[in-house]
Amino acid sequence: MRQTRSKNVGITLFILLLLTPVYWLLNMSFKTNQEILGGLTLWPKTFTLDNYAVIFTDPSWYNGYLNSMLYVSINVVITLLVALPAAYAFSRYKFLGDKHLFFWLLSNRMAPPAVFLLPFFQLYSSIGLFDTHIAVALAHCLFNVPLAVWILEGFMKGVPREYDEMAYIDGYSFPRFFIKVFLPMIRSGIGVTAFFAFMFSWVELLLARTLTSVDAQPIGAIMTRTIGASGIDWGVLAAAGVLTIIPGLLVIWFVRNHVAKGFALGRV
Amino acid sequence: MAEIQLKSLAHSYSDTPAGPDDYAIRQLDHTWHKGGAYALLGPSGCGKSTMLNIISGLIQPSEGEVLFDGKRVNELSPRDRNIAQVFQFPVVYDSMTVYENLAFPLKNNKVPAAKIKTRVQEIAEVLEIEDKLHKKAKNLTADEKQKVSMGRGLVREDVSAILFDEPLTVIDPQLKWKLRRKLKQIHEQFDITMVYVTHDQLEASTFADRIAVMYDGQVVQFGTPTELFEAPNHTFVGYFIGSPGMNIVEVERCSGGVCFGSTVLPLESWQVDILKRMKSNNLKVGIRPEFIEISPILSDDTYEANVRDVEDLGTYKIVTLQLGEQELKVRQNEEFDASIGSSVHLSFPKQWLMLYVDEFLVQEQQ
Amino acid sequence: MNKIPDNRAWWLVLPVFLLVAFSALIPLMTVVNYSVQDIFGPGQAYYVGTEWFKEVLADERLQDSLIRQFVFSGFVLLIQIPLGIGVALMMPKSGIKGSLCLILIAIPLLIPWNVVGTIWQIFARGDIGLFGWGINQLGIDYNYTGDTLDAWLTVLLMDVWHWTPLVALLCYSGLRAIPEAFYQAAEIDRASKWAVFRYIQLPRLKSVLIIAVLLRFMDSFMIYIEPFVLTGGGPGSSTTFLSQTLTTMAIGQFDLGRAAAFSLIYFLIVLLISWLFFTAITHADKEK
Repeated sequence: MRQTRSKNVGITLFILLLLTPVYWLLNMSFKTNQEILGGLTLWPKTFTLDNYAVIFTDPSWYNGYLNSMLYVSINVVITLLVALPAAYAFSRYKFLGDKHLFFWLLSNRMAPPAVFLLPFFQLYSSIGLFDTHIAVALAHCLFNVPLAVWILEGFMKGVPREYDEMAYIDGYSFPRFFIKVFLPMIRSGIGVTAFFAFMFSWVELLLARTLTSVDAQPIGAIMTRTIGASGIDWGVLAAAGVLTIIPGLLVIWFVRNHVAKGFALGRV
Repeated sequence: MAEIQLKSLAHSYSDTPAGPDDYAIRQLDHTWHKGGAYALLGPSGCGKSTMLNIISGLIQPSEGEVLFDGKRVNELSPRDRNIAQVFQFPVVYDSMTVYENLAFPLKNNKVPAAKIKTRVQEIAEVLEIEDKLHKKAKNLTADEKQKVSMGRGLVREDVSAILFDEPLTVIDPQLKWKLRRKLKQIHEQFDITMVYVTHDQLEASTFADRIAVMYDGQVVQFGTPTELFEAPNHTFVGYFIGSPGMNIVEVERCSGGVCFGSTVLPLESWQVDILKRMKSNNLKVGIRPEFIEISPILSDDTYEANVRDVEDLGTYKIVTLQLGEQELKVRQNEEFDASIGSSVHLSFPKQWLMLYVDEFLVQEQQ
Repeated sequence: MNKIPDNRAWWLVLPVFLLVAFSALIPLMTVVNYSVQDIFGPGQAYYVGTEWFKEVLADERLQDSLIRQFVFSGFVLLIQIPLGIGVALMMPKSGIKGSLCLILIAIPLLIPWNVVGTIWQIFARGDIGLFGWGINQLGIDYNYTGDTLDAWLTVLLMDVWHWTPLVALLCYSGLRAIPEAFYQAAEIDRASKWAVFRYIQLPRLKSVLIIAVLLRFMDSFMIYIEPFVLTGGGPGSSTTFLSQTLTTMAIGQFDLGRAAAFSLIYFLIVLLISWLFFTAITHADKEK
């Protein structure tokens, strides 16, 4: 299928429309509140970095980012650690209850987080994990682990079992085979899974906000509470918003080559 | 039905080719005449699929011209060239039935429905799939799917040519010969120009009237299977055709002919003359295993060789001999008998001893 | 691959099982527990059986919310699936252009959901937002905080902006998996663009489309934070969807029994419809 000019025009138009709200946010982040409220300008008349300065210097702001990044990273690590062996089992073995287990896992992806708000709140409070990063990381496993197992299983199915058998004949123990032989073969699958785990944990707010209050407060919670006495600080809010987009951009840049296949969850 | 001519054709897949190595097809001039059944034979990577795609228009050549009946078609898309192409693996429209698959090209050409019906029926009968016409294409076996693929190529009556790109690769061996014969039948019945790409010389010989052997981006010989066998124009043709291929020996000039090691092979005077005129030192002689003669007695024009191995292949035997430093293979009938290590006497009939300079055959100027 | 039967594989699956059981089973049991009790305070709980369920099913507020939710999810699917397919068809197949397109289109997916709400909250305002201001300049009276229809349209637009890229990227990977030979054969068969789409591309997109529909239905049915930040559920309760209703009930009002019963019904609806789609996926996989 040749890439015709009409397609190029179409996709360019779509991307421009798609990025306009982001541009608008960026625009606002470089303006002073007076300029924002004074009238509509397509680019900052008085360019300012003050909004960003606020975020980088005020701990109540930058802690939000640190907290978010911390629990997201913990979540990605936990998700990968538990999902890898499980996906391997699903891809290679038949065992008692395997189909039911798989479906039960997937059904958790379909669970409305709102349903779990209260129980999670009580559960994590009762074991003393309320307002900790680990609590949010664990809570996010609810939907990230099933997704990770699904994606990884898809990629693992693509590695013929002959490789496993060859490794055993060559004298590898299972752990050594898994780490030295198998994992490198599904590198792109792991990258994609890490990307999705990061993405869904980074963007989720309901659970993250419910389970935290001060110590582990994510940036999203801080942003939604920024309604001060003098009204909403639009400039700072916009800057905060812009900064939340950057980690995502970095991560997707690193896995860009595998994302297309990964979006189909390896099932293409 | 068209005559397809390739003029000064060359193609490189890179935008900035630096040297001959960057070219998939190098300096090619070739004509496929109307109505012929041709094979394009060569090893993997020799450029035959490239050539096929250039003919059908899926690739535009970086240099040279493609002419249909004398008219330049380089800029025409495949749909405008009216060509049918069958690919290596079956390409069928899964969501349609066999009937709809076969009817598809006709529908796109706005052929009236009644005509479509008769034509599809005709082709389905020829390919022996008329009982499957109402089955969904995705439920067929691989060879049935490939038949449907071929059927889509044959169903159009006005095609200039049909191109086959190793179409029998996915077919089971016992069905292969059936389909090959079927294709030959179809050619005789419909009299369309057909070009069949393959790396299997047997397939090429059974299907084609004339075979174009491709090597390293060039057509090195274009002839009937017999011509390819008896007078290979290029050492590659000698090596590739025949089982086992031609014996090819590197030689040097010496008085009266050529030699290798201490063995001297006298040549005809016209060959000696040509050798004098040509400067190159890339000299080879070739002789097919079928043409080397073994006799039990010594004579003036025999050479003594040691028997290294005898392979018994049922109705014939392949004897591996050592002449000086050189290993040669000779084909003998089943009665041949000699023990390993024993000596035999070889002779090389002059009409079958081919001289190759720079890989190409040196022939007597008439 | 033929899978070997071996129950020792359970050791490999155990970590996942324990983790998700902890994350899901225990909380769920708590919810079930609450749903059959009337809780007045700590230690004052009475078993009421199916009372809450009956009340929830008869509750008009919840019924309205449910209808609103179905309408919303319906529109979401109706707009985002065809649009996503269309975008995927326009994307360059490979090379730098392809990668760049991919990354740019994925941007809305990487934005925290509250920021999505904030972006549109700003963007759609008549005073400080380009979109709101622009629409009003065109002479159309547009106010998403005051007018119900405007609020609905804005929420829908925001969701389309946010999630169409997911559908597009899914379809894009589906399209990339189609071997070139199919397009070549269609070219030789002189197929029109529409025929190529209908007979080659669409059948091959079937499995990714099912994933897309499943994901979009589930996620739109559970949507909470984006519309909450954008409209707060208003004007009135016109954009209050199920998750917001439930959250308010559970956390805001601490109406535990009722919230628990509602939670279970909510979960069951999602499960039921998702199960229907899931069997469709495995059916499609088997056909391959």
